[in-house]
Amino acid sequence: MSREATHPALPAERRQRKLGRFHTPWSHRLAERLLAVLATTAIGAVALIFLFIGREALPLLWESEALEELGGWAGLFLPQQWRGYEEASFVWQPVGHPGKFSLVPLFVGTLKVTLLTMLLSVPLGVGGAIYVSQYAPRRVRDVVKPLIELLAGVPSVVLGFFALVVLASWVQDGLGLTYRLNGLVAALGLSLTVVPVVFTISEDALQTVPRSLVEASHALGARRYQTILQVVLPAAIPGIAAAIVLGFGRAIGETMIVLMASGNAAVVDLFDATSSVRTVTATIAAELGEVSRGDAHWRVLFLLGVLLFTITYLLNQAGRAITEHLQARFTGAEAKR
Amino acid sequence: MKRALGDWLLLGLTGAAVLVVLALMAVLFGLILVEGVPQLSGEFLTAAPSADMTGGGVGPALFGTAMMTLLMTVAVVPVGVATGIWLAEYAPKGSRLARWVRAAVANLAGVPSIVFGLFGLGFFILFVGRGVDRLFHGGEPVWGQPSLLWASLTLAVLTLPVVIVTTEESLRAVPDELREAALGLGATRFQTTFRVVVPNAARGVLTGVILAIGRGAGEVAPIIFTGAANFLPELPTDPREMFMHLGYHVYALSTQSPNVDAARPALFGTVLVLMTLSFGLSAVAMVLRHRMGGARS
Repeated sequence: MSREATHPALPAERRQRKLGRFHTPWSHRLAERLLAVLATTAIGAVALIFLFIGREALPLLWESEALEELGGWAGLFLPQQWRGYEEASFVWQPVGHPGKFSLVPLFVGTLKVTLLTMLLSVPLGVGGAIYVSQYAPRRVRDVVKPLIELLAGVPSVVLGFFALVVLASWVQDGLGLTYRLNGLVAALGLSLTVVPVVFTISEDALQTVPRSLVEASHALGARRYQTILQVVLPAAIPGIAAAIVLGFGRAIGETMIVLMASGNAAVVDLFDATSSVRTVTATIAAELGEVSRGDAHWRVLFLLGVLLFTITYLLNQAGRAITEHLQARFTGAEAKR
Repeated sequence: MKRALGDWLLLGLTGAAVLVVLALMAVLFGLILVEGVPQLSGEFLTAAPSADMTGGGVGPALFGTAMMTLLMTVAVVPVGVATGIWLAEYAPKGSRLARWVRAAVANLAGVPSIVFGLFGLGFFILFVGRGVDRLFHGGEPVWGQPSLLWASLTLAVLTLPVVIVTTEESLRAVPDELREAALGLGATRFQTTFRVVVPNAARGVLTGVILAIGRGAGEVAPIIFTGAANFLPELPTDPREMFMHLGYHVYALSTQSPNVDAARPALFGTVLVLMTLSFGLSAVAMVLRHRMGGARS
């Protein structure tokens, strides 16, 4: 429409535009402009998030005083020799004297809980997706799929409460542990939020595998399980991979469940599932209320936020790239037939 | 076809996965219902917590959650629905702005909730709030502190992608014939959009809004630093005050209570009220969506 305005209109044409169906009242045009302006809010929000978390964290780069209090960048990332410790170690103890600010225990904690969660949720989510998409009768599928999706709507604080009150007792009694809260309990709680993510996306991926592939496999005499494992599953792998990556991102970013159920002691031990764990998210949630603005500790907590934002951003990008790859692959295959 | 051993194995394993998840869900919901329902009473829903939070009720928390959700909805719906409409109806094909908006929405949906809390604190409270205080209140903290208003706006940003995505999807599901018919009758694009397309997609848009409300009402991490109070028996009368929140109350009761066993009944009661509010809304949205899907196909 704006192109029409660039050449001088003939009188008849001008009248036509005023009376005819191309005439748009100025109020409509203004409202349409307003829509486009409002649509930029989402872009603004992402930019503001990055900007204003960075604003609190990045002065570390030039405020030598704050950085010194942390023991420099080495204090954040390298093992330090502390009094009372036999060897140089990674310690997160920000309120001690001197404060110990190693980020390593927090990231190890997050990694451990997340890996445990994926170990539990991938078999449950993908297994469930295989059952629902390949074996379940239609009536069962119509009930089970929305039911598991409902789990995604449960607030995470409720799942944290469930892990704390119920799952922790099961784990303690089952394994005979002294302490109730640990990485395994948190991972069980987290699985309840990750399973619906993995399940839903995997099920969609399995569902979109072209029927012709299945029929061809059956025609060649393959058993049903052979078809599923050797034809359907490989064809749906990009979608399942995306599901796992997105579930991973969800587990890394989850706060309330780990805050309530993981025990929150910063122990560096990647392989002991039943030791207490302090994650990046729980550290921010537990400590930010107790520091004053501009402290070295304050800046480090916002720095953790920046790192978290960056990591989940990259994971989501990866997930989306995989999904797009999958779509391209299937539409490509479709076109060739 | 007769099933082979491999089939029985695969069927058993995958079926077991579904059963495990459903069983856990049954324990979760069953326990909350069994222990929570006996707590419910008019008094529990209206009274303030008392006796170290082990007695009394959730009145202020229920009120605070409702007010927060209301403010959040007022903030997120116009922007979210407008963005959805623009993306579905107006964005030129291959437009760079539309691509950026979509990328931003996808990003926003993946940001961890605690990061929204940091954002609310760093932007709304410390930048906007403190800025207003410096300009108009001589630096007195009037706006620049945690409050109902800032918590609601933080959650509005968090729920924005939900509203945008569901709005765009449901508008795209409206058949093009309707648009062509409206335009053919001489309606402007604006009239077509708002009198034909949007009313036809109203149910889907509503689903998105309910889904966002349900999600926002249950989130705790973003409001820890932006407005939620541990214990505040009086109801907030001003959006610049702090407030009690059902989800935060669940967190406080289960981790900071001096006597966990004594707090257990109140805890289950609070969880049930929160679930009814937040999860109940999501469930309604799911039913709406599935019914809609069925009707179209």
